[in-house]
Amino acid sequence: MARKVLVLGEARDGQLRNVSFEAIAAAKTVAEGGEVVGVLIGESVNSLGNDLYQYGADKVVAVEDAKLSQYTPDGYSQALMAVIEQENPEGIIFGHTSLGKDLAPKIASKLGSGLISDAVAVEEAGGNLVFTRPIYSGKAFEKKIVTDGLVFATIRPNNIAPLEKDAGKSGEVSTVSAEIKDLRTIIKDVVRKATEGVDLSEAKVVVAGGRGVKSEEGFEPLKELADVLGGAVGASRGACDADYCDYSLQIGQTGKVVTPDLYIAAGISGAIQHLAGMSNSKVIVAINKDSEANIFKVADYGIVGDLFEVIPMLTEEFKKLKVNA
Amino acid sequence: MNIYVLMKRTFDTEEKITIANGKINEDGAEFIINPYDEYAIEEAIQVRDAQGGEVTVVSVGNEETEKQLRTALAMGADKAVLINIEDDVEDGDQFTTAKILAEYLKDKEADLILGGNVAIDGGSGQVGPRVAEQLGMPYVTTITKLEINGTTATITRDVEGDSEVIETSLPVLVTAQQGLNEPRYPSLPGIMKAKKKPLDELELDDLDLDEDDVEAKTKTIEIYLPPQKEAGKVLQGELADQVKELVNLLHTEAKVV
Ligand SMILES: Cc1cc2nc3c(=O)[nH]c(=O)nc-3n(C[C@H](O)[C@H](O)[C@H](O)COP(=O)(O)OP(=O)(O)OC[C@H]3O[C@@H](n4cnc5c(N)ncnc54)[C@H](O)[C@@H]3O)c2cc1C
Ligand SMILES: Cc1cc2nc3c(=O)[nH]c(=O)nc-3n(C[C@H](O)[C@H](O)[C@H](O)COP(=O)(O)OP(=O)(O)OC[C@H]3O[C@@H](n4cnc5c(N)ncnc54)[C@H](O)[C@@H]3O)c2cc1C
Repeated sequence: MARKVLVLGEARDGQLRNVSFEAIAAAKTVAEGGEVVGVLIGESVNSLGNDLYQYGADKVVAVEDAKLSQYTPDGYSQALMAVIEQENPEGIIFGHTSLGKDLAPKIASKLGSGLISDAVAVEEAGGNLVFTRPIYSGKAFEKKIVTDGLVFATIRPNNIAPLEKDAGKSGEVSTVSAEIKDLRTIIKDVVRKATEGVDLSEAKVVVAGGRGVKSEEGFEPLKELADVLGGAVGASRGACDADYCDYSLQIGQTGKVVTPDLYIAAGISGAIQHLAGMSNSKVIVAINKDSEANIFKVADYGIVGDLFEVIPMLTEEFKKLKVNA
Repeated sequence: MNIYVLMKRTFDTEEKITIANGKINEDGAEFIINPYDEYAIEEAIQVRDAQGGEVTVVSVGNEETEKQLRTALAMGADKAVLINIEDDVEDGDQFTTAKILAEYLKDKEADLILGGNVAIDGGSGQVGPRVAEQLGMPYVTTITKLEINGTTATITRDVEGDSEVIETSLPVLVTAQQGLNEPRYPSLPGIMKAKKKPLDELELDDLDLDEDDVEAKTKTIEIYLPPQKEAGKVLQGELADQVKELVNLLHTEAKVV
């Protein structure tokens, strides 16, 4: 059954996040031959239209308004409802990001629709669209289908591969008008802590440190390793609570969920709340002094040892590898 | 202040998880108050203590949920309400739960509703925003700080590690993120008092709902455990050799670098 599917293009620092391209790929599966419509919302976002086309959108619409310069549930839902009214979609896909998590249930509620959150895969099987999602802090998975109404889902970043970019593509961005008014939550201040560089939730390599890193300076060798690998630095709650690093680096149930190709956990014991944020990584390396540490249970490769010895040696070896490659 | 807390009884995911007959095996499992809802309960108690009023903890669940509601009362909540759907609804989803909660709350004139930002078992994070939307209330999710001054609420929320300071007016629904507070343990006198506090039990009928009104929009067709990971390879030998071997394995076997 061909469906028209909306995809929210989520911008950060003036650029679309990768998860939006992944959402287009998911939307293609859901559309089953129907049209995939990219939606841009913001103060000035039309220029991002070509990126959506290049990753597979068939059409792009935008709602622009100065009141949409920052995300608020009221502003964005008014914009999106105007698009939904015009386009009348049979499916909607968002990224399962801070914004997607906050907005999707509101829209689903307005539409009286179901919502499948945090999907890591979608496929057509036996006449159904089947979504897979982790449950029980990532210890189990469920497969879900929609039984009534719209096919609405949010997808976890870094799990569904985007379609190949077609750099030659471009297209029109048509404006949808919406009256944005009566915003009930006002953003007074934003304290940015997230470091520049590679976006942690979308990084292909994550080097994460825990309480075993012992100090702020202790993170330096981890940063060097991450740099060599083109990756990002992450942390456990233990390290954040001890003030070795900022909470924006926290990985886990309360922090970011990451699914990189390579996750290196150094001085992290492997509590369930931490595993909930990284156990689906493709390859996990654990470096810990304690051979009994729980992290070794989920690790593909482990080194029992002092991270302050192991990490610098690893950095050197990877450098050699890069030179030889 | 008329304060409500949405509380879910959850499976303690620190426990081992097994599957029996296509479902998560609950036999002998440990159940707890969803950890993020503990922050919500704690915050509700603190707001009440500062501003006066009453804290009512509401849960959609079954008979067993009474235990977690009593714990909330022992922490210091004033009243508990169990909406027992065991006999009425077979399969529910977030639409179901939110609809029931909103129907219960719609004539309660709540000034403040608190919930968790996510349930550690179901993990969707949908229920809070859905309930707020149905009540026509603004909401702020993943909050780490709440200050109330008259009818104005100043709230800090966590946005992927950045913080946003948000101003809104009551009534509002908020969902708790870790870091909001340190939930208290029930004290012995608290536990004694909790036994006498009101715990009402309602069914769908009492909310003028029938099964069709809350019928799920989605359905779980399969639950499974991730394929057992083969025991990882813990490297042996001289540290320098281990490091060389690891780099080699990541490059040639795992092919991730
Ligand atoms: C509701 C709730 C939500 C939570 N959410 C999160 C979350 O999102 N993310 C998260 O991470 N945690 C979370 N936690 C906390 C979690 O339970 C753990 O407390 C935390 O993950 C522990 O951090 P850690 O592994 O760094 O510290 P520890 O458990 O103290 O482990 C430190 C490890 O470092 C090793 N070590 C020490 N020195 C060295 C060295 N020189 N070389 C090598 N190894 C060394 C030790 O052997 C040990 O295994 C949450 C908890 C709760 C209750
Ligand atoms: C009749 C019935 C049958 C169900 N059958 C199944 C089933 O077969 N399989 C299955 O996986 N799930 C089942 N569920 C559970 C349901 O799918 C969700 O678990 C539930 O809707 C909450 O969603 P969540 O776990 O994603 O919570 P989230 O949306 O992540 O929870 C966020 C917050 O919402 C509040 N909240 C959530 N649930 C409740 C609640 N019950 N009471 C009060 N506050 C709450 C809490 O504050 C919580 O922290 C059933 C539910 C019902 C009502």
